[in-house]
This record gives sequence, C-alpha cells and structure tokens, in this order.
Amino acid sequence: MSNAATAPAIAAPVDLVNVQVNGTWMKFPKGMRMIEALRQVQVEVPHYCYHPKLSSPGNCRMCLVETGMPARPALGQAEVEKDEHGFAKIMWSPRAIIACANTVSEGLGIRTESTLTKEVRKGVMEFLLINHPLDCPICDQAGECRLQEFSVEHGRGESRFQEEKVKKPKNNRIGPRITLDDERCIMCSRCVRFMDEIADEPVLGFTERGSHTVLTVHPGRQLTSNYSLNTADICPVGALTSTDFRFSMRVWFLKETNTICTGCARGCNMEIGSRNDIIHRQGPRDNNNVNSSWMCDSGRLDFHWVNSERRMTEPTVKENGTHRAAPWKEALEAAATGLRGLQPSQIAIIASGRMTNEELFLARRLAAVLNIGAENTDILPRTGQADNYLVHADRNPNTKGAMLLLTPTPGQQLAGIRERVQSGQVRAVIALRENLLNAGFTADDLGKLAHLVQTHVMLNDTAGFANVALPSAAYAEKRGSMVNATGRLQRLNAATAPPGQARDDWEILRDLTLAISGQNGLYSIEDVFKAMAAEVPEFSGLTLNAISDQGIPFLETKETVPLLVREAERKAKGIIVG
Amino acid sequence: MIQYKPGKEPHPKEHRLIFKNVDRVDWDTSIERFLKEGGYEQLKTALKMEKKAIIEEVKTSGLRGRGGAGFPTGVKWTFIPPNNTKPVYLICNADESEPGTFKDRYIIYQDPHQLLEGMTISCFAVGANTAYIYIREEFPEGAQILEKAIAEAKAKGFLGNNILGSGFTLDIYVHRGAGAYICGEETGLIESLEGKRPYPRIKPPYFPAALGLYMCPTIVNNVESLCHVKHIIQMGGAEYARLGTPRNNGTRILCVSGDVVRPGYYEVQVGKVTMGEVINDLCGGLKQGRKLKAVIPGGSSAKVLRADERFNLKQPDGTMKEIGIEDIPMDFDTIAACGSMAGSGGVIIMDDTRDMAWVLNNLNNFYAHESCGQCTPCREGSLWMKKISDRIVAGEATPEDVAQLETIAYQIDGKTICAFGEASAWPTESFVAKFRDELITHTSTKKRGQIFNPVTKVAAAGLKKQPA
Repeated sequence: MSNAATAPAIAAPVDLVNVQVNGTWMKFPKGMRMIEALRQVQVEVPHYCYHPKLSSPGNCRMCLVETGMPARPALGQAEVEKDEHGFAKIMWSPRAIIACANTVSEGLGIRTESTLTKEVRKGVMEFLLINHPLDCPICDQAGECRLQEFSVEHGRGESRFQEEKVKKPKNNRIGPRITLDDERCIMCSRCVRFMDEIADEPVLGFTERGSHTVLTVHPGRQLTSNYSLNTADICPVGALTSTDFRFSMRVWFLKETNTICTGCARGCNMEIGSRNDIIHRQGPRDNNNVNSSWMCDSGRLDFHWVNSERRMTEPTVKENGTHRAAPWKEALEAAATGLRGLQPSQIAIIASGRMTNEELFLARRLAAVLNIGAENTDILPRTGQADNYLVHADRNPNTKGAMLLLTPTPGQQLAGIRERVQSGQVRAVIALRENLLNAGFTADDLGKLAHLVQTHVMLNDTAGFANVALPSAAYAEKRGSMVNATGRLQRLNAATAPPGQARDDWEILRDLTLAISGQNGLYSIEDVFKAMAAEVPEFSGLTLNAISDQGIPFLETKETVPLLVREAERKAKGIIVG
Repeated sequence: MIQYKPGKEPHPKEHRLIFKNVDRVDWDTSIERFLKEGGYEQLKTALKMEKKAIIEEVKTSGLRGRGGAGFPTGVKWTFIPPNNTKPVYLICNADESEPGTFKDRYIIYQDPHQLLEGMTISCFAVGANTAYIYIREEFPEGAQILEKAIAEAKAKGFLGNNILGSGFTLDIYVHRGAGAYICGEETGLIESLEGKRPYPRIKPPYFPAALGLYMCPTIVNNVESLCHVKHIIQMGGAEYARLGTPRNNGTRILCVSGDVVRPGYYEVQVGKVTMGEVINDLCGGLKQGRKLKAVIPGGSSAKVLRADERFNLKQPDGTMKEIGIEDIPMDFDTIAACGSMAGSGGVIIMDDTRDMAWVLNNLNNFYAHESCGQCTPCREGSLWMKKISDRIVAGEATPEDVAQLETIAYQIDGKTICAFGEASAWPTESFVAKFRDELITHTSTKKRGQIFNPVTKVAAAGLKKQPA
C-alpha cells in the first residue's frame, strides 16, 4: 500500500499524520475523518447515517471502531514505550468511537477487525433489526439494502428477539413521488438532513420518541420538493421508496448504464436502470463538478416516453398526401431527391440543442454539402425557470455544443427562416429532432414548403406535413457527447436499443449526406468524433473514450452551480466531508 | 437564630449552606426578604473582582458539578476557547429529571434569588451577557417564581444593563421544557433551547464550552452548582474547600427516598457522613422490622449497591480497607470506587419487602419511555430490556432471558451518543449482576420455546398496559 510508512518512522510532513490501521502504520492528511481515511486504504467501515455530503449526527453507531491514542510519558518518565517502528505505544481505549465524525491524529491507532469492533457492530446490527419488519421479499430496497448487506457481513445470523415488534405506519404517501414505510426506517436521518441542508425544505422530521420514533412529514405539508427522490436514493433501507419505481423491477435484474440527463443544460450525471430495453428508473451518479450526488425529480422521471407507444418506429414517406411506411433506403433517397433540384438558399436546417456534438457536427457537414448559409441554419432555444439548485434555465442539454458546431447565435435565425418560408424563398426545411410547430412555424407555413424532412423520436404534428419522417433514437439509446452549461464535455451511453426501425441520429445524418453527396467514411460514432476532432480545434486531441464517465472541462464559462457553491461553503466550514 | 418550620428542622449532622433558607418560618421568595439577609452582597463583591480571580476561587473551592457527572465547575469554565470572539452563554440546567432527585426544585421554589445571584456571578466570571434557565415542564410554578424573581432583580439593578454600575450586562431568560428526561443532558438541552428536538450532539466536536448554544461557547451548570458559587465568593475558595473532604469539597444535598422513616432532603458536607448515618440518623432508620436490601446512591441510573456487599477500597496511604455499605462516606470518589456513582444525590433506599424484578422493571420502563430515539443502541435496547423485564415480572420469562437481558445492557453501555446509554444500561447491569438469583426465581424453564405475547399478560401493578 502506498500509504504504508517506512520503518523506522521519519517525521511526517506538517500536514500528514501517522496512523496505525489494523497493525500497519500509514500517513493521512491531518484532520481527515477516520471513515474517509480508512476508505482510502480500502478498509470499508459499515455505516448508515454518515453521508459525505451531509452533516454527521453520528446516530446509527454502526461505524464504531476500536481506537487508541499514543501513550504519554508517565510522571517522572522521560520517554514513552515505542513499537518496532519507533511510534509511541498505543493505549487502546475500551470504548469504541465513531469513525464518521472523529478525525485522524498523530499516533492514533484504529482496529476495524478487532473483537471489540466486531462485537459492537454485531450489537448495533442486532438492535437495528429487532423492530425491523424483515419484509425483504416484498421490499423494493432488497438487493441494494445496507441492512441486508451489513447483516450478512456483521450480524449475528439469528434473532434473539422474542418480543412483539413496534408497529408503525406503512405505505404512507408523504409526497407525490415518495412512499414511506416507517417500520423499515432506522432513523438515520439522512432524508431529514437532505431536505434541511440541501433542498432547503425541511418538511421531514421525527415525532414520538425512543423506539416509537416515527419519521414523518410536517403536519399540513407534503414532500413536494423537486428533489424529493434523492431522499429515496440516500435512504439506506427500504423506508423511503420511489412511488414511480415501486414494485416495478427487482434491482438485481437492472442493467446500470452511466450516462447524463438531457433535461437541461446542467447535464446531471445519471445512471439508467434498464432491463430488456425497458427503462425502469434513473438516478444521480456522483460528480462533484456537476451535480454532486443529487438530481431533480423532473429530470429523472422524464423517461417514460422513451418506452411509450408514441415513439416513431419506422420511416415514412408521403405520397399523394398520405404517409406510408418505407424502407430506410427508400426514405433516405426520397429525402435526398426532394433537395436535389433546389438552390442552397432555398434550403434551411433547423436542428436541436438536444442533439449530441457528433450529430451537430454531421448536421454541419450536411449544411456544408448542401452549401446552406448560416442565415438558414439554427436550433430551437428552450428556456425555463432556473431553480438555484441544479435545474438550469437553458432546457437544451447541448446549447454550448450547438454554438460551437452549428450556430454561434442560437435562435437568432429562426424568425428570418420563417419569413423566407412564408415568402417562398425557402422551399425545403430539414427539421432535426424538433417539432416546427413549436418553433414559431404555423401549419400554413409548413404547407408552403415543397419539401420537409423530419427526424424525431416522437410522433408529432410536424410529421404530418413532412414529406419524409425518419424515426431516431432517444437519449437513452445512443452514445455521444454534449457540453453542459459550465462547459464540461460529457458522454451519453446507450442503455437500451431504439424501438422498431428507429436509428441513431448520427447514422441518419450520415446516410442522408451520403445520399446527397456520395461522401462517406464514417462507420462508427468514434469515427464521427475523430472527424470532428480533426475539423473543430476545440475537440482536437480528444476521443470519445477520453471523456470518461466523469466528463472533462472543455469550454471556459464563468458559470457556477448554485448547489455546488453552497456545498463548497459547507465543506470549507468542516460541516461536511464533500 | 434561624427558625425552621416544625418538623422541618435540619438534622444536627446537616450543614445548611444552599438550603439555609429552605423551610424557614419567616422566609419568602421576595427580593426584599432576600436582601434583608445580605442578598446580592456577593454579587457586589464579585463585580469588583477580576473575572479570572473568580474562576480561580471556584477552582480553588474544588466545587464539583452537582447535576450528576461531578465534573469540577471551575475547570469547566476554563474550557471556553481563549481566542473566542463569539458571544458566551450560560445555561442553568433546571431540568431536574433523574428519578430520586428533588433538590433543585426546593431552591427554585423557596430561594430563587440565591440561584439568580449565583448565576449572575458565574455569568460575570465567564463573560456571558445572556443566560437561560432551562426548567422542566413539571415545575410550572417554579418557572413563575423565577420569572418574578428576575423581574424583581432587574428592577433593583441586579440584572439587566450596567448591573450596579459595573458596566456588566446580563439578561436571564426562563425557558420551560416540554417533559423530556433527555433535556437534562446538556447538549440535548441546548438543542431544545434552540427549538429543535432534544437530540444530544456528538462530542467531539460539539463540546458546549466551544460549540454550544447557536454554536457559541456555552457553560451549562446545575442549579445547585450555581448556588454554590455565591457561597464560594462569600467564604473564599480556600475556606469553602475546607468543607467536605479532599477532592470532594463543600456541601451537597442528598435526596433520600424509599423505605426509610423520614425520606427527604439533607444538606451535608460531602463525604462527612456515611451511608449508615444517612439511613439511620438523618432519615431515622428503616421502617419497623425491615432489613436493608439495597441502595441506589445517586439517582435512578446509578448502579445499585447490595446491603450485604463488601467493598475493598484503597486508602490514601495506599493500604486496602474493606467496608460495608453503611460505612461508605457519601462522596463522589468513594461511591465511584464502590462501583456506582454519587450522581445527582438521589439516594434510593430499598428494604427487604422490595421485589427486585419489579424495581428493575420500573426503572426499565422509565428509560424505555425517556430514550430520545436518536441513536440505535439506546433506542432499541431500552425498549427491548423493558419488554424482557415485563415478562420477568409477569412470570413469562425463562432463566435464559435474564442472561440475555444482561447482554443487551452491555450492548448499549458505551456505544451511544450521550450518557443516557449508560443511564439506561447500568440499572440492568447491576440488578442482574447483584440480584440474579432473585430475578431467576420469577422465571420458569417451562416457558422455553414459547411464543410470548406480553401485551395481554403483563399485569405488573402500577405499570401501564401497552395499548394494543
């Protein structure tokens, strides 16, 4: 282990202290919480209430460990007894202390596998289980439950409890998205602290006392916060569960895919839980540069449309005023044919801030192939209310990418394009991932067009006007990269396959370009990225792989994340580990 | 010559300092009456002293906290960080909740100005301009008496702005609790005072002297301790220290309850009377024909002492001496050496008519009811112990249950956030260790392997049935 101290001891640098962990001397930064120091050296300390992003009340007592302080010279004694490494002999305390709130100090000894530590854990584990309903077979948390995990590892394996258990409220809908089972609650107070310290809506709390303590929502209030589902994430047991996910799937069947949320320009790091191409839940993934450990409810629940009936599943071509399904080749050919006879100034591209960098790059290539001018290229801006936590006013996940790759002034050309459509100057529009009827165009405007090509994930009214409508892939079905509001380059990964014949957008754009120009050479998303890196200086030297699951700083923006700023303040004050 | 009400005269072995005015014939709680006997004179003296000098006097006096832990008061005061820039608070802990303890209430009900004077001196010494008296909910009249006393003191210039022209400002507020034992725990009290649930805080980092009320340095002292400060100023620390015995200085009030002829409060010099003198002289002995069975010497959470126990104690000269229960001097260190604690001074005497299973069950009931529920071992363990002792009392337990009861207590002891864990575990630990055979006589091996439903079976007198 790299932390192992060399013997005999050499004076540690000012900010490092020597700590003995299970018999081995190591160096740690002074003042580090014991639980984090131990985590660094792969010594996992079981815990329930401790969360690095929340204050530490030390209430679960699961992280109690045996510790000892260095011996001090006795009266009249010049030197203390030293061990073979030259460190003062450790005076082991008969009383275990909590690793979550205590910090490492010079000469400290920690034993996580001693009889004392093991007995204490066994005792706490037993106490946690005596009044717990043990209803794992019907509990959503089963499979990712800390009670299950730690009772296997540290419990006594059998119950000595012969009394009646304490009865508490069950199946309690404390908010629109959260269901509470109080009998399962172990009163770790993580949810209470989250709502108080992070979400600033302290509606959760305890009533009653002793073993009858009940977690509940404030009288007359509901857990309505747009961050309420984080409480279910951090609940170490099955007390708080997502009403949306409840009973939908056993968690061990879920495939976990690391990706990002595309609900707004924040780009919260997200994990999709899916099985057999069906998404069952989404939740936050830790990224201290983007979303910490949190995510808004609206972002994570915005996935049901992905598996819905309203998805476009096959390409359609309009003939004599009616649409018919067509093979991809025919549909793409029809799309290209309609564009061929037109002048460059007669064609416009309306793309989307929801497209990945790779897709936007290909849209740019398409524009170049067709020689479409900047005045006829734009994306549709999408804005909403920012919330001073994570939700960004820019509801497009990749505006920054679009500005870099397609149009430096998003939304500025739309009105002009519409005028030229109305005046007949623009005869064809390629609408990528946007419903034009939401972009200021009226049905009359669209009726004037000679040729309308649309790609989209959902059936929408624009498709009714489209000569060619092409089904594309949702965020959960594709790989690619996006640039978030703070200029971080992040990566999407495919959790599920697109439905029916729907295709990834980059393939559609490549094939459309190919049908028009005959150019090719792109066989994978990596190829697209490579081509982009060659052409766009900002991407030079990068690959899709290099982005990694945590993203990389990419563009300079002056933006900060309100929630992260406050978290940094709490960290500086020592309230949280961070 | 002070005249006391008939039947309330102090015993010759008492030394009345704090309780000098309790049960006096011509005494009332008004400030006029207090001033007639030299009231607030010590405040005047103290305000002319250096703050450090006052703290030194208190240190010299050897005063140890009278709330339960017995920590040296003067030393506690020095824990305020020297470079502190935040306001300092002083809190008077008047949440006297330990079963068997009833001394503070008499100070509050009969001599409130003594407390206010002691508090004001203490606040001046530690530099607190705001102080609170956290009084338990069950003393509603006490709160009114204090409010009135504060108003009187303020009117006379002993409180408020620029006290007696010294430039020192102090406001004292009375805050009533809501009926929870845990509010007597100093960090629980602070949380409660801040308007939250009284969940005790972890120490470290939240030592009140550094991070107390509103995260500011806070001194929490018991009512009786604060009253002693007045007398320390009056007598001088060194003179005060001559009362009592070395390391156990001054006087303290013993609250004796249980099976004695005259239960009540007795102020004695610490360590100058023995348990035997308390029982036989101060309290007039046991009831006719009864034999001493056990004593809980320092409030209900203190470990029980058996009447026939022998204690082998190290003497100051290094030799060992064996003594019996009646020879124990009533001081902090000896009672600790005997394996219990002097605690809050609540001495509970039990004679041979007491059934120890019932006594233990009663105590377990209390602690299960009062556990705040914040941390796991105490929350779950205290109720579990209560349920097992319910079954023992109801004759529904097996001998193995007694052993299990003991292991549960040790699973709580030392694992909790605050001292409530020990408080709830010590009765069980000591009763099982010392009265194991008696507890086992309540059990039956025939009950082995049975599923119990104590809710319908518990018929212990005086114990409420659990709602179904």
